[in-house]
Amino acid sequence: MSKEPTIRVEGVSKRYGEQYAVRGVDLALMPGECVAMVGHNGAGKSSLIKLMLGLTTPTEGRLTVLGGDPASAAASAIRRQVGFLPENVAFHPSITGRETLDFYARLKGVATAGNPALFERVGLEPAAVARRVGTYSKGMRQRLALAQALLGGPRVLFLDEPTTGLDPALRQSFYEIVADLRDAGTTVLLCSHALTELEGQADRVVVMSRGRKVADGSLATLRGLARLPVRIRLTLADGDVDGLARRIGEGAALTRLAGGVVELACANDDKVGLVRRIACDGPAVRDIEIVQPSLDEMYAHFLRRPDALGPDSLAEAAE
Amino acid sequence: MTTLLIIAAKEIREAFRNRWVVATTLLMAALALTLSFLGAAPTGTVGVGRIEVTIVSLSSLTIFLLPLIALLLSFDAVVGEIDRGTMTLLLSYPVARWQVLLGKFLGHAAIIAFATVLGYGSAGAALAWSGAAVGPESWQAYGAMIGSSVLLGAAFTALGYLASTLVRDRGTAAGIAVALWLGFVLLYDMGLLGLLVADGGKTVNAELLNALLLANPADAYRLFNLTGFKNVSLLAGTAGLASQVQVSGGVLLGVLAAWVAAPLGLAVLLFSRKQI
Repeated sequence: MSKEPTIRVEGVSKRYGEQYAVRGVDLALMPGECVAMVGHNGAGKSSLIKLMLGLTTPTEGRLTVLGGDPASAAASAIRRQVGFLPENVAFHPSITGRETLDFYARLKGVATAGNPALFERVGLEPAAVARRVGTYSKGMRQRLALAQALLGGPRVLFLDEPTTGLDPALRQSFYEIVADLRDAGTTVLLCSHALTELEGQADRVVVMSRGRKVADGSLATLRGLARLPVRIRLTLADGDVDGLARRIGEGAALTRLAGGVVELACANDDKVGLVRRIACDGPAVRDIEIVQPSLDEMYAHFLRRPDALGPDSLAEAAE
Repeated sequence: MTTLLIIAAKEIREAFRNRWVVATTLLMAALALTLSFLGAAPTGTVGVGRIEVTIVSLSSLTIFLLPLIALLLSFDAVVGEIDRGTMTLLLSYPVARWQVLLGKFLGHAAIIAFATVLGYGSAGAALAWSGAAVGPESWQAYGAMIGSSVLLGAAFTALGYLASTLVRDRGTAAGIAVALWLGFVLLYDMGLLGLLVADGGKTVNAELLNALLLANPADAYRLFNLTGFKNVSLLAGTAGLASQVQVSGGVLLGVLAAWVAAPLGLAVLLFSRKQI
């Protein structure tokens, strides 16, 4: 596996009229890497994907996909190795699933003989494949859309909000397919709002806000950067909250939650010390739970303070 | 080339599947058969009229009907796919933008051609089968009418594509399509007539009038069919006009072809620059 980045974005900006959709973004995606891009609507995620697909050209900066310019006339060779699952796609309702996939396979120059295997991989039954797309459920349509994105074994895969409207079981099988692809060396770029489900799926998270990249790094790196408090939840045996407050008080904020649970918030570095103090000279504890800041909280943190990360700390985060 | 055919084939398949083709073909066949077998009813007889009568009435009806069908079929072609998200997907495939537009146009033009040839052709076949005496020159005129009808349909399909590429909203595209139809098919001739009457022959000479007629694909089609063949123009009451018109049938067909190429070329140009 080569260690050259499959996608390289250097100082790319995209302006529509006076409005910047993407502003000064640097990004490098490696083979076999699953990167999640998060940010609210209008943060520049879709604009960035369109640039990478070569549907639009950057106003400033340079962008290469698989070593070439995706918007150039010679981009056909690149596009044959790229898969794309758009955010909203409504295939023609009066055409069957098989005909739809055949059409896209022919356009991509892929033999249609491999399509049944692809349908099986995304979990579309042969009976469903022979039916018209108009009769499909949301989940089936999304599976069909994924099948077309997987045509020809792409080396780069763009998934724009792939799991919106899918039930948890479907989502699970969806991420299993993504993990298989990543392990096979495909670069996967995933856009999502559903941050919690990205935990454990993405190797790296890129946070976008108002066209800028505001954070980039693994979940652990971002956690360190955000310095969000870790919360320790205790279920006390005797319910003596005041006693706990007296003994543990300093260095941790204390909140009472429903069901007699007490929550202590502390900095990540103080976590181990605090747990030791609770265990050694705290009150009797029936249950203990340590809650790491979730992706949602980190995301909110980075969006609240878009300038919190200077270029220096960004470089740090990327390492 | 294969990319064009793949896209055109998909368009045709979709149109067959949602009954567009069947409905259009049946409509055209019904009209053609009605006009050929009952067209002489106003004269007090019911029976097969002369095929020249059929050509006159059928081509007059085609001017209204076919542009409408073509525009209905095409106004959604680009803006609708953008709306449904399939255009973004399609353009992420190894296809050029001109291939997408031209491929879709070929598909739609083929649908129009299929419906026209089969619909009008069936009326011709029924006439032949009923034993009507039709000379070879009349058959030629009938064939020319079918061919030029396909060309007229293609011209309005191209205009529909231009409307579809021009705007970002399906409703607006539909509005432009209706305006195009009203303008070219109804209002243009009225305006021209008004101009001639008001002018009283002072500045609008025959040459300018010819140019003005050629500036409208519907009029070019009308001139071609009503003045192109002598036996037809006698019945159409345009024999006098035919002797005035100095534009040959070939030029009229060329004008119709230009009305296909120009809007389509402009649509391709606009589409290649459009921000999707």
